[in-house]
Amino acid sequence: MSVLVYTELADGQFKKSSLEAIYYGSKVAAQVGGTITVLAIGIATDDELAKAGNFGASKVLNANAQNLAAENIMAYSKVLSETAKSLSAKIVISAKSSLADAVMARAAGALKAGLVGNVVALPDTTNGFKVKRSIFTGKAFAETSISSDVKFIAVKKNVLPLEETSNSATVEKLSIDLGSLTESSKVLETIKATGTVSLPEADLVVSGGRGMKGPENWQPLLDLAEALGAATACSKPVSDLDWRPHHEHVGQTGVKVAPNLYIACGISGAIQHLAGVNSSKFIVVINKDPEAPFFKAADYGIVGDVFDVLPKLTAAVKAL
Amino acid sequence: MKILVCISSVPDTTSKISFEENDTKFSKGGIQYIIGPYDDYALARGVELRESLGGTLTVLNVGLADAEPQIRKALAIGADDAVRIDAEPTDSFFVASEIANYAKDKSFDLILMGRETTDYNSGVVHGIVGELLGIPSFSPVMELKLEGNTATLAREIEGGKEKLEAILPLVLGCQEPIAEWKIPNMRGIMSARTKPLAVIAASSEALTKIEKYELPAPKGACKMISVEDAGSLIKLLQTEAKVL
Repeated sequence: MSVLVYTELADGQFKKSSLEAIYYGSKVAAQVGGTITVLAIGIATDDELAKAGNFGASKVLNANAQNLAAENIMAYSKVLSETAKSLSAKIVISAKSSLADAVMARAAGALKAGLVGNVVALPDTTNGFKVKRSIFTGKAFAETSISSDVKFIAVKKNVLPLEETSNSATVEKLSIDLGSLTESSKVLETIKATGTVSLPEADLVVSGGRGMKGPENWQPLLDLAEALGAATACSKPVSDLDWRPHHEHVGQTGVKVAPNLYIACGISGAIQHLAGVNSSKFIVVINKDPEAPFFKAADYGIVGDVFDVLPKLTAAVKAL
Repeated sequence: MKILVCISSVPDTTSKISFEENDTKFSKGGIQYIIGPYDDYALARGVELRESLGGTLTVLNVGLADAEPQIRKALAIGADDAVRIDAEPTDSFFVASEIANYAKDKSFDLILMGRETTDYNSGVVHGIVGELLGIPSFSPVMELKLEGNTATLAREIEGGKEKLEAILPLVLGCQEPIAEWKIPNMRGIMSARTKPLAVIAASSEALTKIEKYELPAPKGACKMISVEDAGSLIKLLQTEAKVL
């Protein structure tokens, strides 16, 4: 049985979530006695692409045509569905991301495949094909069976501890006729924060709420994030007030994160905020209000002024 | 301009989630249902476009009769008519097929919905609808402007946004800040009572099925650290939690 993993490249490298998806895919392939092929769309060196082997893939197909340089949902999904067809792939896997969701959706539509997102464990293949997924924004789980011949699953971050071996995958270039697909839309401008850690991909996140009292007070939080190599995030009121950009907003209607560590500074922990962070492995809450509901969801807590606490944490990180 | 806005009816985001019948069914008792928060943004932008450009705005829900208060609310906010496809929305492909079946011969210029529903969070229905109808789809869309046949939109990407231009018809999965949520006024609520709401039988097949629900394990106690000793937290994160 053929397993196909759809991956994403950022700055010429596999995204960490994509390496996790490859590793997950290799476990699924072993479980069903199949082979695993990786599809990577975009530009990367063959050496980088061969790294998929370290996470269990035997072959990488790379589609790097010029007209695939910009993220294009229609073209990417066509590449994915055509590749799945030519390999007769029965299981198609990706890491969850806003682009992958859109690409997987269209490819699943093209192949009439059942699709389950936010998967949090390896499938149960003892009787049919069942996957456990997170639902209600992390407030519950659902064991879901897929009955279609081709099955699509999108895996959440941090599902399996990543193990790296040293195996090289073979790399083949892939060319698929996209017809006029890439002409249906035109990218006018890409506005992207540079030099910062990507929030959905981050293992460590430092986040600020209204307790930070204003955008001019963010420096101590940025200092801690920099010392840790963490991504920065914020609560909804903070992005609504334009203290921080919208792509940093974590919560029910913002980015959902699943880092190893989430440090919440001056965030009370409204249920809508918790919905975006409850998949974090460890949560630290710093708040001067001992009654802040966030402490109930936290692993470690400090009751105190964030402006007293943050410099101490930064100093301790630098002393490591 | 002919607009279709698809809405979900979901538990209020503050709801306590529980299950019944040996964890095979979601407990609806005591749950307040709302229009999906992301769908609400799509609806708000749809109503703005309908008001400024004219045309019609149809609201569609795949759901059972208990979703009708949410459909009436969408009519009160500004939709002209409504369609409910009478089925439990349990599977993304199923819901998308129903939307596509309804929309395929009606030449909508825009099909708007939320980027995902807040109950099952898959975020794929818009993409499948686009594929099934053979028209482009974009998500998550945070800005949408129209000029004639051309849409200018901004899509959120990791760490920023991408502005792009595309030709109608389009399917868009929307999120804030595409528009401000709208609250129905009294005139809207009165007129919503008499606006048409058609109920159509479903004809597609679900490709996935929920076998069993589960709640997360309860969280252990929070370990408290004093401000004076704040630096020791970093040591605990390194040696105890092993995340640094």
